[in-house]
Amino acid sequence: MTKTQKKLWIGLVIMALLSPLGIILPAIFNAGGAWGEWSAEQLEKLLGFVPEGLRKDSDLWKAPVQDYNLGGEAAPDGVQLVSYIISGAVGIIVVALIVYLISKMVVKDEK
Amino acid sequence: MHIPDGYLSPQTYAPLYGVSFIFWWIALKKMKKELSSRHVPYLAMAAAFSFLIQMFNIPIPGGTTGHAVGAGIIAVLLGPWTAVVAVSVVLIIQALVFGDGGITAIGANCFNMAVVMPFVSYWVFRIVKGGANKKMRLSVAAFFSGYAGLTASAVSTAIQLGIQPVIAHAPDGQPLYAPYPLSIALPVMAIEHLLLFGIVEGVITVLLLRYFMKHEPGLVPAVLGSGK
Repeated sequence: MTKTQKKLWIGLVIMALLSPLGIILPAIFNAGGAWGEWSAEQLEKLLGFVPEGLRKDSDLWKAPVQDYNLGGEAAPDGVQLVSYIISGAVGIIVVALIVYLISKMVVKDEK
Repeated sequence: MHIPDGYLSPQTYAPLYGVSFIFWWIALKKMKKELSSRHVPYLAMAAAFSFLIQMFNIPIPGGTTGHAVGAGIIAVLLGPWTAVVAVSVVLIIQALVFGDGGITAIGANCFNMAVVMPFVSYWVFRIVKGGANKKMRLSVAAFFSGYAGLTASAVSTAIQLGIQPVIAHAPDGQPLYAPYPLSIALPVMAIEHLLLFGIVEGVITVLLLRYFMKHEPGLVPAVLGSGK
């Protein structure tokens, strides 16, 4: 690994450690979720009804770590923040590994 | 910008799976042709970077949140086809493991953030840069590359959401999937990205381009060269 690559990885680890800012800042500024990503319950409040197809499909998949939160929706803030960092760390290891393997398979040796 | 399950009708998400699949297939062929093994560590880091930058939700005070994607800088440094693969892997893991974006919407989300965004970013960069290689010009090109790429991605998402009430509704007119029409979805998504999230993406693109030009100029001959 070159010196720059090492530095870049350190940068990525720092980003993972700082990632809880991504839930703390929205909470401070009283901002909700992203537009168009409401849960069925939130939509019911917004519209007064849940669209039929949306109700059927919205629970199609049970993600192992829903919303980057290991403790589930009711988890205390501390658990949520730590989960977020762990999710970031696990996430970058998994995606880096997959992309590494794909490109190793696809890309030729040094030209 | 991660469309969840239940927001798109099958007649929308199925074809978008097809389109993304075609782009993945071509992208792997292009990577084989254009990249060499010294790029591989950067590909892995590019995916890790995109994953992390998307975790930084940026608030609009009292309103919604959004985030950068990082596909612009990846497209500029490693080429748009490489960005297709790196960002798609991120989006698929987000959907499968973290429930961020729907399973049925993987094709749509990859199309918006891993196809539309890198190609718009790449071409905006090339066009704004033109033949010039002055630092200032490259920075301006990088800013608009990230800014336009993310906004285009948001517009593409808004169109997919906004057409749902027209193409999929009950006999009484009630929407079956995403409920808001284009006249709402398009301005909301476009404005929040034009005024805030796109600017963040633009600034990130500039800072990283400058970093790589300084520390790893060998990686980016396409950026530094005449680019023709």
